[in-house]
Amino acid sequence: MQPFTSLTGQVLVLEQENIDTDQIIPARFLTATDFDGIGEHVFADWRFNANGEPIDGHVLNQPRARQCPILVAGHNFGCGSSREHAPHALLGFGFRVVISSQIADIFRNNSQTVGLLPVVLEAGQHARLLQMDGEDITVDLEQCEVAVKTADGNTDSWSFNIEPFARHCLLHGLDKFDFLNQAEELISAYEENR
Amino acid sequence: MPEPSPRSLFDKLWDAHVVMPESDATPAVIYIDLHLVHEVTSPQGFDLLRGKCIGVRRPDRTLATIDHSTPTLPAGEDGQRPYITEQAKRQVQTLRENCREFDIELHDWDSPSRGIVHVMGPELGASQPGMTIVCGDSHTSTHGAFGALAFGIGTTEVGHVLAKQCLLQNKPKSMRVNVEGRLAGNVTAKDLALNIINYLGMNGGTGFVIEYAGEAVRSLDMESRMTLCNLTIEAGARAGMIAPDQTTVEYLRGRAKAPQGEAFDRAAGKWLQLASDPDAGFDSEITLDGSAMRPAITYGTDPGMSVAIGEPVPQAGNASQQKALHYMDFTEGQSLAERQVDVVFIGSCTNGRISDLRAAANVLRGRQVADHVRMLVVPGSENIRKQAETEGLHKTIIEAGAEWRLPGCSMCIAMNGDMVPPGKTAVSTSNRNFEGRQGAGSRTLLASPETAAASAVLGRVGGVADLDATQEVA
Ligand code: SF4
Repeated sequence: MQPFTSLTGQVLVLEQENIDTDQIIPARFLTATDFDGIGEHVFADWRFNANGEPIDGHVLNQPRARQCPILVAGHNFGCGSSREHAPHALLGFGFRVVISSQIADIFRNNSQTVGLLPVVLEAGQHARLLQMDGEDITVDLEQCEVAVKTADGNTDSWSFNIEPFARHCLLHGLDKFDFLNQAEELISAYEENR
Repeated sequence: MPEPSPRSLFDKLWDAHVVMPESDATPAVIYIDLHLVHEVTSPQGFDLLRGKCIGVRRPDRTLATIDHSTPTLPAGEDGQRPYITEQAKRQVQTLRENCREFDIELHDWDSPSRGIVHVMGPELGASQPGMTIVCGDSHTSTHGAFGALAFGIGTTEVGHVLAKQCLLQNKPKSMRVNVEGRLAGNVTAKDLALNIINYLGMNGGTGFVIEYAGEAVRSLDMESRMTLCNLTIEAGARAGMIAPDQTTVEYLRGRAKAPQGEAFDRAAGKWLQLASDPDAGFDSEITLDGSAMRPAITYGTDPGMSVAIGEPVPQAGNASQQKALHYMDFTEGQSLAERQVDVVFIGSCTNGRISDLRAAANVLRGRQVADHVRMLVVPGSENIRKQAETEGLHKTIIEAGAEWRLPGCSMCIAMNGDMVPPGKTAVSTSNRNFEGRQGAGSRTLLASPETAAASAVLGRVGGVADLDATQEVA
């Protein structure tokens, strides 16, 4: 997993609420046995028509879309299926951060595991970000802050919460498995004492 | 000695599985009793094992099936099963090879028990009260019907559980949903669940584990409880659970993987102790009146967007709901009954059990599916298929003009080629009405088997109450 410390980059806004993992990566792309190239299919049914041609004018088909590391999405992002293919597809497309006012549990967990940073902000802050399509913002995991420029040239910093362990793993690009592996003695003891 | 503090069912399940407690800096290590595996979310998990040169820690606690990518039509004359793509076939083959390599019990085509993962586990008696159960699949919440802590995980975590039989978890918050009063005779578990999700909203359960309680829940049979817990994820909660009682015990008695003889009675004694203590605390608690609930159907693109059958399409509250109505081609105030139905799907881990097939057959008996409707009935497992055929349900279904298929997920996720064409309307007993869930451009209305079957006969959206004698064939 690639470490994530701090990043400044362009925002891409998908305002819709309740974007589910079936939208992020439709089920027909789940028959592969690896995650290679899955980013090409992210939001496939939004980006391509029935003949597989890109839909003109869709925000995700703009040339800049793949240069945007920060996805700002409507409330309750990532609901539905537990497919880890969803964060992999977003990462594969080029996103490193997804921001919303609510992010579904399993998706959030999967994202942290594979190196996509999920950030939940308060409704008011989120609403402002929804208006900032194309602007540069900074997401700093060391400070747990999102920094945005204001109209008068100042900076607003908003802090966000993340589980300390997930933060630690993301900051250092650590595999959660190694921590689990260290619990081996306790696991064996648990199995013996049941 | 101080009184032990009262604990909920969830607290008891959690406490019993903590291998290493949560700290300020780290999540808990939780032991997993049963790991269910299917072909779609496991290959990368097995690769993780190979990458680290480790084996499966507890093959005896791992149970696999093929269900998502599998065709529901039989093998052709050449003996080949009609997989939708070579890749789908390869995915199934990959699971087969992984199970062989790591010595995992796989219910393949030749198993008389093969079925949808959340149908098969309970049917075999593998899903038991007091257990922690995981699967790389969000509808793992189904198994909570037995008083288990059961939830979906990602593929990397599938690898973790294969390797260590444990998971890293922060303890979720708890919510109790009490449904008081008795459900009316025409209100099914599916209707109950749709009513609850409508109340909570599709994200109302985010961060919570839900315990269902109250008279309406207690009086459900096990299959209905599974339907209810299955749909918990559709309110955003990872796990739903119901305290084990005599109904649970009787369901499990004699099942292949349940304890047998005296061991069963001992286990049952323990199971019955799991119920929440009278004063147990919950982070959130709601109470609903079950007697006021009516059969429901969804009209939008999330399972929370439902109405009682017969009610018009409600007003859209925001842009997202407007978008949903647009996708579904509904307008505010429109009568749902005007909508022509093109496809009806009965099946899935939500409503593909024998009681669901009986309910659908009861509606279809002596009636005909409307000419323009394609109706697919897909049993949840081989055992259910056999039982239905023994009872002659398949005859009723076929005579009514519906297709009787082999078990699998089928049109619920539309990975195997069974799908709803673009722009067409389906009434489905499955669990998700997301855009394109049943095929790109498909429009899904979720309902009970009774409602789905009635809509098939009517050829438009409607409930059992809308059927009349004129639809009956002498
Ligand atoms: S029936 Fe549908 S929801 Fe259930 S396991 Fe299969 S695809 Fe998932």
